[in-house]
Amino acid sequence: MKNKYSIFSLIKNAFSYHENWQRAWRDPEPKKEYEAIIIGGGGHGLATAYYLAKKHNMKNIAVLEKGWIGGGNTGRNTTIIRSNYLWDASAGLYDHALKIWEGLSQELNYNVMFSQRGVMNLAHNLQDVRDLKRRTHANRLNGIDAVWLNTNEVKKFCPIINTSPNIRYPVLGGTLQRRAGTARHDAVAWGYARGADSMGVDIIQNCEVKGIKRNGDSVEGIETTKGFIKTKKIGVVAAGHSSVIAKMVDLKLPLESKPLQALVSEPVKPIIDTVVMSNAVHAYVSQSDKGELVIGAGTDAYVSYTQRGSHDVVEGTLKAILELYPIFSRMKMLRQWGGIVDICPDASPIISKTHIKGLYFNCGWGTGGFKATPGSGDLFAHTIANNEPHKLNADFNINRFVSGDLVDEHGAAAVAH
Amino acid sequence: MFLINCPYCGERDQSEFSAGGEAHIIRPKQPTELSDDQWAEFLFMRKNIKGVQLERWNHAHGCRKWFNMVRDTSNDKIHAVYKMGEKPPIK
Repeated sequence: MKNKYSIFSLIKNAFSYHENWQRAWRDPEPKKEYEAIIIGGGGHGLATAYYLAKKHNMKNIAVLEKGWIGGGNTGRNTTIIRSNYLWDASAGLYDHALKIWEGLSQELNYNVMFSQRGVMNLAHNLQDVRDLKRRTHANRLNGIDAVWLNTNEVKKFCPIINTSPNIRYPVLGGTLQRRAGTARHDAVAWGYARGADSMGVDIIQNCEVKGIKRNGDSVEGIETTKGFIKTKKIGVVAAGHSSVIAKMVDLKLPLESKPLQALVSEPVKPIIDTVVMSNAVHAYVSQSDKGELVIGAGTDAYVSYTQRGSHDVVEGTLKAILELYPIFSRMKMLRQWGGIVDICPDASPIISKTHIKGLYFNCGWGTGGFKATPGSGDLFAHTIANNEPHKLNADFNINRFVSGDLVDEHGAAAVAH
Repeated sequence: MFLINCPYCGERDQSEFSAGGEAHIIRPKQPTELSDDQWAEFLFMRKNIKGVQLERWNHAHGCRKWFNMVRDTSNDKIHAVYKMGEKPPIK
């Protein structure tokens, strides 16, 4: 076990000018064979490895990452965590994750800076009001905290919102989930990496998967840029590149990979102490601990792997932000970036085994995967270890696209249901 | 963001166009005879290629006509544009 982080280790290392902290995880070369291999070293992949080692006693496992850990969508999202989904299956999945978030810093001995500052979803027309009220009721039936706020209560909760009835899309109310909030995205990847590594998991960075070797209908190993690695179980958590991996075994997935953009402003003093999302105008905003406004834009409508995205999407989002928050009109945006999100037709994820023995896919999180990181890892680890889904992810199997039993949840980015 | 050479209107900004997804997915001629697997394949499964892909686009804020495109999704470079009903110029 690694040295535990604590106030004492902090004081001790302060005396040596913080030059003697041990590294948080090793940098091993791949072994010849593993019990299981996870493809993709993002939050979901690292969490999967962590729970495989911790709850299912599989210690001889590796995580392969093409770039560096947490360098994909884990480091590119707007860090929003909530569980106020409409359908029972989604509510179960996302609230499972939220419950793990609530104790995650303690469990990992790593401060993931989880902050339950609340997430407010605004309604801008009568249909929004009906949909959001319905969602509030559905949430409460599923044991998820949710309240409806009228326009005055919205204004009271977040005073900088323009609640004038004369704007193009006036605020008619909103829902609030107080247990929701944000976390530090990089810390989640680093915390899980450190936890998994300390239990013996090999995290292998700069190692790209080139092919998957099969024997009949079961997997035998992975061809990588660091040579061939033998394994009987492969968990693919490759987000936007899931279809690229699937193609290696001639598997087609119901996914389209698209750029999703986000941007941050110059840092300013605290002005917004919650997360506000708006379905109809598609704009959401929160403020980071550094003081930057963190703004999420929409996806482009076309398939692209460029991690860029179109300018008109950003422009549309900022127009909406400015109408809702006129106070931000003089602020400058500092950085803009894109991440490639893999979107399912029903905007719900796939956490499933496949028809190939030993091959498992965790993908299709689309625009809203970060919030699910701990739950996704936990349930995917269960699925891989037992070769059967947990009851919480049974509905998220890949066969739902054949049976028609979809989890139609176009709520991933708080896009209207 | 890129420019698209509409076969009817010439070069226009991409924001004038809507993307229609993967091209040359043929609607089943005998829908009643299709199995669930075949329906899933037609409705949901996509190639989602990283690289050169054939796709449909519509000049929604222009001539409103549909056409096909050969585009590299790894760098957004457009290799060719061709009309509906025509064979793809490469591949």
